[in-house]
Amino acid sequence: MAEFLTSFAVLVGVYAVFALGLNVQWGYTGLFNIGVAGFFALGAYAAALLTIRPPLSAQGEDYLFSGDLARRMESIPVIGALDLWFLIALAAAAAAGGAVALAVGAITIRLRDDYLAIATLGIAESVRLVFLNERWLTNGSRGVYTIPPVFEGLVEPHNYDRVYLGIVIVIFAALFCLVRVLLRSPWGRALQAIREDEATAEASGKHVFRFKLQAFTLGAVIMSIGGALFAFNIRAISPQTFTPLLGTFIIWAMLITGGSGRLYGPIVGALVVWGIWSGSQFLPNILDALPAFIGDPLAGVLDALGLPNVRFFAIGVLMTLVLLYAPDGVTPWLSRLRERWARPPPPPTPTLALTSPPPGARSASSFPSHPIVIPA
Amino acid sequence: MQLTSKLRIESQTLARAAWAAQVALALAFLAFAAANVNLSINGLFHGSVLALGAIGITLIYGLLRFANIAQGDMMTLGAYAAFFLLTSVLPESAGLGPFTFGFPLLIAIPVSMAAAAVLAVGMELLVFRRLRRRRASIVTMAIASLGVAIAIRGFVQMVWDTQVRYFPNESRAHYSFPGDVHIAPNHLFVGGAALLLAVALHLLLTRTKHGKAMRATSDNPDLARASGIDTNRVLIWTWGIAGALAGAAGTLLVVFNATSQIKPSLGFQMLVPLFAAVIVGGIGNPYGAFAGALLIGVSMEASTAFVPPTYKPAVAFGVMVVVLLFRPRGLFGSRD
Repeated sequence: MAEFLTSFAVLVGVYAVFALGLNVQWGYTGLFNIGVAGFFALGAYAAALLTIRPPLSAQGEDYLFSGDLARRMESIPVIGALDLWFLIALAAAAAAGGAVALAVGAITIRLRDDYLAIATLGIAESVRLVFLNERWLTNGSRGVYTIPPVFEGLVEPHNYDRVYLGIVIVIFAALFCLVRVLLRSPWGRALQAIREDEATAEASGKHVFRFKLQAFTLGAVIMSIGGALFAFNIRAISPQTFTPLLGTFIIWAMLITGGSGRLYGPIVGALVVWGIWSGSQFLPNILDALPAFIGDPLAGVLDALGLPNVRFFAIGVLMTLVLLYAPDGVTPWLSRLRERWARPPPPPTPTLALTSPPPGARSASSFPSHPIVIPA
Repeated sequence: MQLTSKLRIESQTLARAAWAAQVALALAFLAFAAANVNLSINGLFHGSVLALGAIGITLIYGLLRFANIAQGDMMTLGAYAAFFLLTSVLPESAGLGPFTFGFPLLIAIPVSMAAAAVLAVGMELLVFRRLRRRRASIVTMAIASLGVAIAIRGFVQMVWDTQVRYFPNESRAHYSFPGDVHIAPNHLFVGGAALLLAVALHLLLTRTKHGKAMRATSDNPDLARASGIDTNRVLIWTWGIAGALAGAAGTLLVVFNATSQIKPSLGFQMLVPLFAAVIVGGIGNPYGAFAGALLIGVSMEASTAFVPPTYKPAVAFGVMVVVLLFRPRGLFGSRD
């Protein structure tokens, strides 16, 4: 059980990093990225290729590229002893994701909102195809699986997950603080102004394109770091790892459920959605424990439909229902609970912008084009 | 004064250079398409199927101004409705004339259109109308369409599993034409059906009252409402038409494929080419979507002479980016 909880917590942390990146893009700036999987894969592969060991000739592998960073840096004092190559790999992942985001963002962000969405989908697809087809670089569909563990000499293998959880928590906390500081700075307030009303932000002298491009790149950098964290967790990746479902959809579900445009939305959403997701694998056991006349038919239905398919369906339904009935996600409920407990109620915080309605609640009139608003 | 004239000259030179680059690109495209005529003809047929899906996206965009990500999965559902009919309801039948499929497909296509249309209208009534009532933003609606897309895909997987399946099909000889051109009879059928549906839609949009109401609402919803058009009804019509086109596109896409294979990711995988077609043609313009789809179809098929065929979606994306660099509103986009 402890092992399950540790690996569960690691994945919650990794997914919270992705959701944090998406929150910068969508929650705070209103940039629509449906290709999270692309940056996820870019970060994971950049970190993996830089650190994998040379191909095992005994297994008939013939890919040409292996960074083998850990061995190359062994002899360097401090860096070699403390396994600091790990940080270099994270930085390389961030650079790869940031560079791609900058290049594609520069072309598409100037255009309509929807074009960026399609462009991100295109990036995700193209990245996946390159990793699948360029066997010399990535070993194609067999993937790379010689990613070294972090702190190999310092930690016993059976403790790896626990140590890695610590690393994930530290890196998430660092990124979270960075995002928090940036979003409360004038730069962050400009982003939220753009999200609320682009024309007004432009009119008050904000260089909208530049802010959007910066936010898009920052989000992509965070997602790529998440990808690298993911790669060092499972230490074997292939193009099939980065499906739209586990690479993009579930992250959207997390952000929407947690509350987009809210500081704690990503972590709450990652906890809730990943909790439902990995908790659902115990569904057959739960049905077993029920009285047979209820449990058996339900288990039969579940067996016929297939648990993974039911999960897929449930993610889509959850996302749609939250958008329809709780567009602010669950975070506002949590803060209401906290307010009820705290006495006296805390005074309104000065960071009004941070608790302002998320993009879901924007009025239709803030859009340059003319949507049809049909009165109820 | 001197400065402005200098600027003007510079912008003129730039415009000329941009024109020259566009002409060069167009010529390069023609050379690229002519390099392998067989592939390019395939591309035209593939493009005609894409066009049906793309027109659906562009019609919804014209009215509601959001990118309907569920269009791909609406295609999947339509194709699976046809699959269900072909394998479980209708009798088996020998291949019809030169085609790999039997007469049941002629029944399955309209049924798949109806199934996807019902789904689309259901989406409008259950999700998108409620969101509009709450004055949700356009991008929220696009995300809701992503949620719906995931749910449709999950539904398809729950009912039909994730494994690859096949429409009943018999192998048939290709037609041979002078100049070493070979065309699969199925491709002619698919192209003909797509063209027929496109012409039907054109007539509907230009000759009927419903079509005129749709165009009026797309041009100016407030004015349309003021002149007594029931925009809610127009929206239901539009969703129905977009769904019907998606259903036909999904089924025809399976028939277009040499092995008639069908899998749950069928439609989602087509999203990048579909949106590339819509954007290249000028978003909101159905005729542009058709032309854009042909361009994307030819690019994707002709590229297989140079790069592995799995790169097709990346090629579609690349063509879209290049077009956007020179024409941010697409080739036939007029309004912003």
